Amino acid sequence: MALGELSGLKLGQATRDAFGDALKELGEEYKDVVTVDGDVGNSTRTEPFAKAFPDRAFNVGIAESNMVSVAGGLASSGKTSVVASFAAFLLCNAYDQIRMSVAFPGLNVKLVGSHAGISIGEDGPSQMGIEDVGLACSLPGVAVMVPCDAASTKAATKAMLDHEGPTYLRLGRPKAPVVYPNGCDFTIGKANTVKEGTDITLIANGLMVPAALDAAAALEKKGHSVRVIDMHTVKPLDEAAVIAAAKETGKIVVVEEHLAHGGLGSAVSMVVCKEHPTPISFVNLGDTFAESGDGDGLLEKYGLTAESVVKAAEGLLS
Amino acid sequence: MTFVVRTVTRQQYLQMDEEEKLSIDELKQIAKTLRKHIIEMTTAANSGHPSSSLSAVEVVTALYFGGFMKYDAKKPHMPERDRFVLSKGHAVPVLYAAMAEAGFFAESQLKTLRKLGSPLEGHPNLKRLPGIEASTGSLGQGLSIGLGQALAARIDKTGSKVYVVIGDGEMGEGQVWEAFAAASKYKTANLTAIIDQNGYQQTGSTNEVLDMGDFHKKIEAFGWHVQTINGNSMEEVVDALKTSESITDRPKAIVSKTQKGFGILPLLEEAGDMNFHGKPLPPAMAEKALAMLS
Repeated sequence: MALGELSGLKLGQATRDAFGDALKELGEEYKDVVTVDGDVGNSTRTEPFAKAFPDRAFNVGIAESNMVSVAGGLASSGKTSVVASFAAFLLCNAYDQIRMSVAFPGLNVKLVGSHAGISIGEDGPSQMGIEDVGLACSLPGVAVMVPCDAASTKAATKAMLDHEGPTYLRLGRPKAPVVYPNGCDFTIGKANTVKEGTDITLIANGLMVPAALDAAAALEKKGHSVRVIDMHTVKPLDEAAVIAAAKETGKIVVVEEHLAHGGLGSAVSMVVCKEHPTPISFVNLGDTFAESGDGDGLLEKYGLTAESVVKAAEGLLS
Repeated sequence: MTFVVRTVTRQQYLQMDEEEKLSIDELKQIAKTLRKHIIEMTTAANSGHPSSSLSAVEVVTALYFGGFMKYDAKKPHMPERDRFVLSKGHAVPVLYAAMAEAGFFAESQLKTLRKLGSPLEGHPNLKRLPGIEASTGSLGQGLSIGLGQALAARIDKTGSKVYVVIGDGEMGEGQVWEAFAAASKYKTANLTAIIDQNGYQQTGSTNEVLDMGDFHKKIEAFGWHVQTINGNSMEEVVDALKTSESITDRPKAIVSKTQKGFGILPLLEEAGDMNFHGKPLPPAMAEKALAMLS
């Protein structure tokens, strides 16, 4: 079953495409924005911006460390630097540069990691950012966003440029089901409740929001009232939304296309344990690298599906 | 002694009356003062890297007081300022010493180096001390940051120049070479890299640890204009910086051959450690050093 099918979602743009469109559109108004690329601008979709504003776009070659520090230098001179690469290469290759040249001095660098998650498919595990959210969250002062569809990505791109300080925006490769057909509010640190419910809450982000909505549809057929939260910002986390879910629905399942450690599940758990201990279950990649294959097949094989979410929820509901 | 803070361009500086400009002898006098500050502050902190700082004194002195850099200590964030990036962040005492002399903060603050609550941290921290242009301390990143600043100056047409001081041990970091290549591509003629080649790194001589060969040839091969000088000669440093300024079509590098601990070498010899990496001078030795510099 394709993601979003059960909940009637239509397939839309990939989040990376939506980001590329938004960046180019905003480039006219946001004169301080510059891009720094590591020669993957046609994959991360910064290319349209670079073509429209060639004087504000720098391709420094396959050199992620230099790329990130150059972005830091530009930001320390008043620019809003957008530095984009594959999530795996940006966060893993240039982590020290992100830490020292961006996060520690608190500079206005917007880190954009595309090709996150296992849904990129055939290129295989070396290209899959599966630990990026955890790495980004571990840096003090970095806001971390994982939008789920085109509309929320466009809104997130604007919010990111308006935000003072370093941010990380996670993007996916495949076409994403449309969760917000009429656009959406995107406030950094403020979750969107995409479906109300009282028996259990599914907290998801990225491509797993459609999976959670599908699971909710399946669970409602079985008589359960399900709340679904699009937790598009992992840091700062919307703690109020988590606490309300714990108190009002009593049970929580966290769903993400990321390793078990350091992502949304970890962030939600900390709040739940401290503020309102509640049974909680997790659907994620666990503690493993994936493999090559088609994206949908991989999501199926590694359990990132509506069925897995239903199973996890029923474990808590029974 | 406190010096006139320079907010002039190099061109305006050259047009100043001779008596307004600092002579080579006066620059040497400032260099001596910076050396004293370095020794006093690291010994007071009982930690830090005095020998790594001492090798770079002439370069930093010439940049801040020889009319090469445009800055205003009272307006540390003015957009048209020139930037100084200390990529070898552990040598920050030399920068603090120059900043105190230039009026960025009171000289009395130097003795708070590395102490709780002081903005004079063990390595440069952009967030806490106005006038610091880059947070460094993880080696290899300064040239890339300086390149970003040089590109920003180009976009904004501020005319700002960027000077980056890199350690020779630090040249083992691959990122430095990524930056050499990228700066060459973008022909950032407002960027000058100064390699402080003092011959030592943490555990021994740079030749023993990782022999990088001829920096001059290597950097030149990346398309940069390169000069090699005795970096502890004020005359040679000033001349090289002037020559660098005259090159306007590509990025510039100065391989500055120096001696670690320059100014107090007999004391290091006596101590049997010409590297003296990451160690403050014990009080008795510091006293001797200060006497030697007076």
